[in-house]
Amino acid sequence: MESIDITKTENQYLTFILDEEEFGVDILSVQELRGWEHATPMPNTPDWIEGVINLRGVIVPIVSLRKRFGIEHREPCPTTVVIIVKVVSGEKERVLGIVVDNVSEVYNIKESDLQPAPNMEGAISVDFVRGLATIEEKMVILLDINKLINEGVLQEVHESSVDAA
Amino acid sequence: MAKILIVDDMASMRKMVSFTLESVGHEVVQGDDGDVALEIAQNQTFDLVITDVNMPNMDGITLTKELRAIPSFKFTPILLLTTESTKDKKMSGKAAGATGWLVKPFDPDKLLATIKRVLG
Amino acid sequence: MSVDLEQFKEMFYEECTENLEGMESGLLALSEGGTDLEVVNTIFRSAHSIKGGSATFGFTSVAGFTHVMEGLLDEMREGKREAEARIVDILLESVDVLRAMLGAHQAGEEPDDERANILKKQLEDIRDGGTSSAATTSVSDTESEANSGLQGWNIIFAPHEDLLQTGNDPALMIRELQTLGALTVVLDDERLPHLDALDAELAYLQWHMTLKATDDGTVASQEDIEEIFEWVEDECDLTLEAIEEKRKAPDRRAEDRRQDDRRQGSRRSAESGAKKSTQAAASIRVGTERIDAMMDLVGELVITQSMLSQLGEDFEMSRMERLRDGLNALERNSRDLQESMMRMRMQPVSFAFNRFPRMVHDVSQKLAKQIRLEMVGEDTEMDKTVMEKLNDPLVHLVRNSMDHGLEPPEERKEAGKDSEGYVRLRAFYQGGSIVVEISDDGRGLSRDKILGKAVEKGLVSEKDAELWTDDQVFNLLFEAGFSTADKLSDLSGRGVGLDVVRRNIESLGGRVEVASTLGKGSSFSIRLPLTLAVLDGQLFRLSGQTYVLPLISIIESLQMQKELISGVGTKAEVYRLRDQYIPIIRPSECMGLHDEDASLDGALLIVVEWDNRHVGLVVDELLAQQQVVIKSLETNYKKVQGISGATILGDGTVSLIIDLAGLFELSGLMNDRAFRVAA
Repeated sequence: MESIDITKTENQYLTFILDEEEFGVDILSVQELRGWEHATPMPNTPDWIEGVINLRGVIVPIVSLRKRFGIEHREPCPTTVVIIVKVVSGEKERVLGIVVDNVSEVYNIKESDLQPAPNMEGAISVDFVRGLATIEEKMVILLDINKLINEGVLQEVHESSVDAA
Repeated sequence: MAKILIVDDMASMRKMVSFTLESVGHEVVQGDDGDVALEIAQNQTFDLVITDVNMPNMDGITLTKELRAIPSFKFTPILLLTTESTKDKKMSGKAAGATGWLVKPFDPDKLLATIKRVLG
Repeated sequence: MSVDLEQFKEMFYEECTENLEGMESGLLALSEGGTDLEVVNTIFRSAHSIKGGSATFGFTSVAGFTHVMEGLLDEMREGKREAEARIVDILLESVDVLRAMLGAHQAGEEPDDERANILKKQLEDIRDGGTSSAATTSVSDTESEANSGLQGWNIIFAPHEDLLQTGNDPALMIRELQTLGALTVVLDDERLPHLDALDAELAYLQWHMTLKATDDGTVASQEDIEEIFEWVEDECDLTLEAIEEKRKAPDRRAEDRRQDDRRQGSRRSAESGAKKSTQAAASIRVGTERIDAMMDLVGELVITQSMLSQLGEDFEMSRMERLRDGLNALERNSRDLQESMMRMRMQPVSFAFNRFPRMVHDVSQKLAKQIRLEMVGEDTEMDKTVMEKLNDPLVHLVRNSMDHGLEPPEERKEAGKDSEGYVRLRAFYQGGSIVVEISDDGRGLSRDKILGKAVEKGLVSEKDAELWTDDQVFNLLFEAGFSTADKLSDLSGRGVGLDVVRRNIESLGGRVEVASTLGKGSSFSIRLPLTLAVLDGQLFRLSGQTYVLPLISIIESLQMQKELISGVGTKAEVYRLRDQYIPIIRPSECMGLHDEDASLDGALLIVVEWDNRHVGLVVDELLAQQQVVIKSLETNYKKVQGISGATILGDGTVSLIIDLAGLFELSGLMNDRAFRVAA
C-alpha cells in the first residue's frame, strides 16, 4: 500500500447552522436534504429523538441536534432542514435524519488545515468533533458524524434480531 | 359456427375441449361447475352444452335437469362426458333429459365427430 | 392427432398434484377413524378426475391404476364397504405411486409400473376377484364379427314421440348413417296427425331405410349402426334386418391399444417413488384479488403520472405545492406497487407444512410411537422461494424431534406424561422476521450428555465446560459431526444433519436456535428475514397519534361504565367484565405520552388476549381495520420497548405497531405476580 500524504487530503464538508454556530459534516455521509416534516414520536426514547419518518417506504429516525447538544429548543420553521445521513454502524449502514436550523455551504477543507478541538463545555463531547476549521473568518466545527450517531445518539445498540433489508 | 357451453371442474380438460372446438371455428364459453353453468345459462343461449358428470357443487346430471327446465334449453343438445361405461349411469343421464354422452377418454377427433351428430 | 395436447399437460399435472394432496389428506382423516361419507366422496371425485384426465392425455397405465382405486372408493361412498385401516393404508401407498408415475411422465420418463402393478393386484383382490382388466374401455372398442356375406341392412327407425325432448335430431342421425354407406331413405308419415292436432314438440315421423356397401365394398356392422342410435335406444324403435349372402371373409379383431403402455421403458429403481417433485415449479398461483389490487395500483400510478406530466407542461413556481403533492403521490404509488409485487410472491407457510401430517403419520407408525402433529399459524405468509428452501431443514428438524426427542409410549407413561406426544409447527411474525418453531414435548436436551460428548471430542475441556451456559451447550448440536444419538437410525442421527440445517438457514440470511428443558421437551426456532410482512391491524387513536394493534389479539372493545371500574388511581385498576376482572392499562402513560388525566368513565377500552390472559387497554378512539405492511424500526434505529414495528399509513405518515408483551412490561403488569401466574 503506498503511503498517502494525509496532509494533502482534502475533504468536502456540508456546513449547517445551529443556534448561530456553524457545523460541518463529511459530504460523503450526506444522502439528501429534506424540509422539516412531522415525525411520529416513539415512546420511552431519549428526548433528542424526535421520532420517525417515512423515507420512501423506509422508517428513518429523526434526531434533533439542538436537543442533543443541549441548545434551547426552537420550533421548526420554513428554513429548518433535515439532513439525511448514512452512517456505518457495526456491520451495516444506518440512515438517520438530523434537524438543523438551516444549511449553509459545501466547502473543501484540507485535513492539514484542521485544528484540534479544545475542551468545550456542553454536550458536544470532544469525541464527536473531528476538528475546527476557519473558513472566511468563520469558525466551523467539523463533526465526526459516525461517532456522533453511533455513540452519541444510538448508544448501546443491541443487534437483537435479523432485520429486514 | 356454433356457440357451445363446456362445463368441467378440471381446467385442463375444459381447456383442451375448448381449444379443440375453437380450432374448428366454434365459439366456446366455459364453466367450472354445474351451478356456474346454470348461472351462465340464465343469460345466454347455446347451440350445444357439453358437461362433465362429477363436479363438486352441482353434478352434470342435475345440471341437465335444471337446464331442461329453462325454455330456451328445452331442445338444446346436452352431452355428458363420462367414464362410466355401465348402463345405469348413462340411463340416469338420459332420464334427466340428456341428449347423449361421450365416454372418456376421447381424442379430439372423436369429440368433433360426435358433436357433428348434434350440430350437423 | 390433429390437436396438440401438450400445452394442456402442464395444467393437468398441477391439477393432479392438488387432487393427490386432497386424496392424501382425506385418507389421513379417514385413518383417524370413522367412515365420513363426505370425505370418501371427495377422495372418490379426486381419483375420478385423475382417471379421466390421465386417460384423455394418454397416460394409460395411470388411468388403469386409478380406475381400480376409483372402483373401491365408489363402493365405499355408496356405503357398500367400510373404510378399513388396511384399505386406507394401501390407498395411501397408491397415492405415492400415482405421484411417482405422474412425476415420471412430467419429467418425460417412463413410469415404473412395478409397484403400481403390485398395489393394483392388492386392490383388485380386495375388490374380490378382480375379474375385469383395468383397461378403460371405450364405446368404440369394437370387435367386428366375421363377415358372412353381409350385403346391407334394412333399417326401420321409428322415434317415440318424446325423442326431440332430449335434444336429439333424427335428421342428423340419418345423415350420419349416410357416412356408413349407400343409403336410401323412405319417409313413413302414417303417425302424423291432422294439422290442428299437431304438437310441434313431438316426433311423429318414421323412416324406412336401406344401407348398402360403401364405394370400396365395406358393409357397416350392426354395432356401427346401433352406435349411431345408441343415445336414443330407449326413445325409439330400431329394427335392423341383415341382407345376407353366403360368402367368406377374414376375421378382424380390434386391437386393444391400451395394453402396450405397460411393457415400456427401462425399469427404474424403487427409489423412483422417493424422487422428489419438489423442484421449484416455474409458476406460482396467485389469488386474483392480489392481481386486481395490483391493477388498481397501476391505474393510480397512471393518473399520478399524467397529473405530473400536465404540471410539467407549463410550470410556474406558484404550482410548487401541487408539484410536491404529485411527487408524494408518485412515491406512494411506486411503493404500493412494489409492495404489491412482493405480496404476490407471498404464500402461506401451510404450503411447507402440508407434507407433515402424512410424514408424521407414517414415521410414527414406523417408530411405534404415538405422535400427534399440531400446526399453528399456517396462514402466516412468506416468500415462495425462501419457503421452498425451508423445506429440507424443516423435514430434518421434525424427523429429529420424532426420532430423538419423543419417547416411546411406555417411557412417556413412566415419566408421567401422556402416551401420545406432540410435534408442533408454529409460524409467526416477530419484528421484521418470520419465526418457524418446531417444538415437542419429548425428552428435552441433556446438557450433561452433550457436554460429555463435546469433552470426548475435545471441543472443550471439562473445566471450561462447567462455565458454559445452557445456550452455549445446546448450540454444540449444530457443530459438524456432532451427534449424541446412541445408534444411527435411518431417519437421522448420522451427525451430518444439524450443521447442514444451520448452514442452509444462514444462507437465507436467517438464524436457528434451540431451547430445551430436560424431561419437558425441546424447541428449535428458525428465524428468517421477511421481504414483506403483513399484519391485519386495528388502528386506534391515542393522545393525538395513530397506533396499530394486531387484530388477532383483540377480543372486544367497549365503553367503560364507572360502576365496574375499581382501584382507580392505584397501580391496579381493574374492570369487571361479566365474570372476569380485567387489569386496565393506560398505554399513554406507559409510553410517556401526553394525556390529560382523563376519567375512565365512558372511556374506550380494548380488551386484548395475550398468552391466555385478558387485559384492557384504554384508548381514545377506534379507527379503521386494515391490512398494514410491517416496517422494521431496527433497520435504522433499534428496538423500542412496547413497539414491534411501524407501518406507513395511506397519508404517508408513520404509525407504530404495539407489541403487547413489551407494553405490559412497561406498565408494570409483568411485575404483578398475580398476573404472571394466572392463566
